[in-house]
Amino acid sequence: MGYPFKPHPRETLVLSKYFGEREAISLDGWQKRGGYVALKNALGMDPVAITNVVKESGLRGRGGAGFPTGLKWSFMKLGDGKPHYLCCNADESEPGTFKDREIMRWTPHALIEGCAIASYAIGAETCYIYIRGEFTEPLLRMEAAVTEAYAAGIIGPNAMGSGKTVNVWVHKGAGAYICGEETAMMNSIEGKRGNPRIKPPFPAVSGVFGMPTTINNVETLAAVPHILNNGAEWYKKMARPDNPKSTGTKLWSVCGNVARPGNYEVEMGFPFKDFLYDLCGGPPTGRKFKAVIPGGSSVPFMNMEEAEAAFMDYEGMVAQGTMLGSAGCIVFDDTQSIPKQVARLARFYAHESCAQCTQCREGTAWTTKIVERIVAGNGTSEDLDTLLDIAEQMTGKTICVLSDSCAAPVVSALQRFRGEFEALIKRKVQPAVPVVA
Amino acid sequence: MADTPLVNLTIEGRQTSVPAGTTILEAAKTVGVLIPHYCYHPGLPIAGVCRMCLVDVEKAPKLAPACATYVAEGQVVTVHNAKARDARTGVLEMLLINHPLDCPICDQSGECELQDYTYAEGRADSRYREPKRFNPVEDFGGDVLYVPNRCILCTRCVRFMEDVAKEPTLNVSERGDRAYIGCFEGKDLTHPWSGNVVDLCPVGALLSKDFLNKARAWELDRTASVCPGCTQGCNTIVETRDNVVMRLKPRSNEDVNGYFMCDYGRTTYRALNRRDRIETPLVADNGGMESIGWELAIESAGNVLRGRKVFILASPSLSNEALHLLKRISAISDGGRGAFRVERGDEAPLAGVEDLALRAERAPNVRGAELMGFRESDSPLTELTRDAVLIVADHPLRANDITHAARAAAVIVIGTTLPEGLRNVAVALPIANMAEEEGTFTNLRGRVQRFLQAKVAPGESRPSWSVLADLLGALGESAQHYTASSVFAALAASHADFSGLTYDRLGLRGLPVLTAQQAAGAGGVA
Repeated sequence: MGYPFKPHPRETLVLSKYFGEREAISLDGWQKRGGYVALKNALGMDPVAITNVVKESGLRGRGGAGFPTGLKWSFMKLGDGKPHYLCCNADESEPGTFKDREIMRWTPHALIEGCAIASYAIGAETCYIYIRGEFTEPLLRMEAAVTEAYAAGIIGPNAMGSGKTVNVWVHKGAGAYICGEETAMMNSIEGKRGNPRIKPPFPAVSGVFGMPTTINNVETLAAVPHILNNGAEWYKKMARPDNPKSTGTKLWSVCGNVARPGNYEVEMGFPFKDFLYDLCGGPPTGRKFKAVIPGGSSVPFMNMEEAEAAFMDYEGMVAQGTMLGSAGCIVFDDTQSIPKQVARLARFYAHESCAQCTQCREGTAWTTKIVERIVAGNGTSEDLDTLLDIAEQMTGKTICVLSDSCAAPVVSALQRFRGEFEALIKRKVQPAVPVVA
Repeated sequence: MADTPLVNLTIEGRQTSVPAGTTILEAAKTVGVLIPHYCYHPGLPIAGVCRMCLVDVEKAPKLAPACATYVAEGQVVTVHNAKARDARTGVLEMLLINHPLDCPICDQSGECELQDYTYAEGRADSRYREPKRFNPVEDFGGDVLYVPNRCILCTRCVRFMEDVAKEPTLNVSERGDRAYIGCFEGKDLTHPWSGNVVDLCPVGALLSKDFLNKARAWELDRTASVCPGCTQGCNTIVETRDNVVMRLKPRSNEDVNGYFMCDYGRTTYRALNRRDRIETPLVADNGGMESIGWELAIESAGNVLRGRKVFILASPSLSNEALHLLKRISAISDGGRGAFRVERGDEAPLAGVEDLALRAERAPNVRGAELMGFRESDSPLTELTRDAVLIVADHPLRANDITHAARAAAVIVIGTTLPEGLRNVAVALPIANMAEEEGTFTNLRGRVQRFLQAKVAPGESRPSWSVLADLLGALGESAQHYTASSVFAALAASHADFSGLTYDRLGLRGLPVLTAQQAAGAGGVA
């Protein structure tokens, strides 16, 4: 777990090894801990060789989609005469997720190193680190680290004396959730409203400023130096023996009703039951777990039966009807009302919808209004079927997946906890007296 | 496009071949399939946001937006199966949850795409039980009112101002279902082309103040025409009710005006409804003007003209047909002359469309008048001699024109109105205005375009070509014309520039004249 507590012995510390060590924040401290060795070596390698190592390691996108990182890099056509761009997605806005924040707070140079290696591998001379607007402390740390790295000649027109150019810009967002969607982020970087773009064209063909662009999550990029230092074989070994598709370590942000919330780093395929009861210390005293959202608010709920059978990797979560997502794990105990939680999540999506696609703009708000009405005790028997119908309309029909993300918790909660919704509807709780401001 | 390879695909079971790079939505048009859509408009960049045009593409995992999906070889597209229809019904329900059902008082009713598609594929009832979003009506400046409650946020208006007018004025403000169309600080819709946002709006969210509450769409009769506002010659639809022009709308023509027309052009409908028209032929009688029948009027005009020199003041707003016959009249007398003046204003281009502007010359047929041999002059009557009869052919007169006109041996007015202050009028022959007759204009790029009759001329007024043909007859010339097309045929036969053109060939989109230079050189024809 690292800061503020000691790591659990069953954790595998790669990215979070220096969480809590103030010294690791500075360039000196980072170099003492073996920092920038990977970059130095990488700048002497063939870019394609770097991409091949990453491919071989099985590293997959840690932002949520889990797309193979090496494959993504190989889509960038080297030597096509166009400027290439790398965007580091540090707009960590997924409710329940706070792993990238810790990477940037404690090991900003790890991210810069990853960014520099990736930029070189994809033929980009410019990397934008797009930081979420609310991340004031990580922003200061990243800006200070970038200044340090420039001053030391680690990045810039002659990165580490290699003659290669790697420029890193830290770009602060304005706090919109949707700007974490890669195409919306590109619009935002260009100074436009953060609306997702229609794909195709995919970013590798036409991204930021219409040029080939790769977008990677903070955690993905921060893992790259370790892979180069220790080799693809080392990384590949950190996996369930029967599932080589998910490799390496994963940072899990745990919040909600657990004894010890925080960030944990475990190998892919770690049993979720052990994770919840051992590492996180189980439910608060005297309570029982009821449900878990394992991958940030956009993925389906699991009930405890599913959660306790789950393995913590991409395929293991899919096997239980949910997704690994960003590994922002939200845990609910038996005192929580699932309809109330769903209402809160839906309200978040209704607030953050960019208003482009009809189903998302209207559907997220409509869903919210219905669920909030049910929670207020004014639900009707048709409401639950209407909710499922709306969710069906919101799934797979829009430009980006924000509306799918709103539908997923609603549908999964209704599948697993329909009784709670029905109880609220049948009991017809009297609505609270409205507060007159 | 000649080099673009063709792609074969099947849409709704119909085979078609379209150039690579065509969208499914456009390809469907080639086989007569309309894919319902809101945000897509052929004159605007693709947004793909309304999600109404989702179609089922065989082997694709998800429904594809037809407006943003390009055709591929062997594609099989289905528009009307349960999967695609369900999606459209879903979109319609979503669009209607915050849309007031105020069609009975909405100007757009009857020409509303939301109404049309809801009738076709929408749910009979709504499952929405919550209060609807409410925002007050906003004045966007210019001729435009914004009714946010009806807005479906297709962003056509935003894209028009940004990408076609190239003057970013509108935006999507706020997010989620709180979103609405906003105006940038300090900006409003006073751009000379901004009225197009009203036409582009698929629902009744953007309304014309000028047309507000004037007429219901289903009461209007629509006639293909050409804008009489300037030399650009934008193709229009004249919309009339009870013989009154209610408004002009652009009619698409890729070669002239795309899908647009300017705000100035839209206001020209007012002149077509003038109430101070001459309604019967008039002759001078005891210092006044007396109504008389057409035969006598033509005869008296013939008597005035016979054996005299003629000077013709021909309006550049008259049709090619009328100008051709006027030229013949001037040719009878030795030394017959003709001239015209063009009213000018500021030129206002539409930046995003090539060669489209509100032109400085505010008359539709300046090129036609020049081709017929009339000369432009700022003071056209200075060459009027005392021995000549002046024919004022629907030409507006300024004070100094009136002074010059007093020199004429006699004045014959062939027009829609009697010019004020003109004293020595011997005969006045009432003619139809451009909305009341058929004819052609030649625009500044030499494109000959037809306009059709949209309403009935007042009183005994007759089409200009018919009056002029009779007058030629009275002067002993052979000019037996019973239709405008026969006048045009005569014009084409006698005028090299127009040779080969006929009404049938012109169609409703027009063709360029073959001018001498263009015939000689290899220059393109606009």
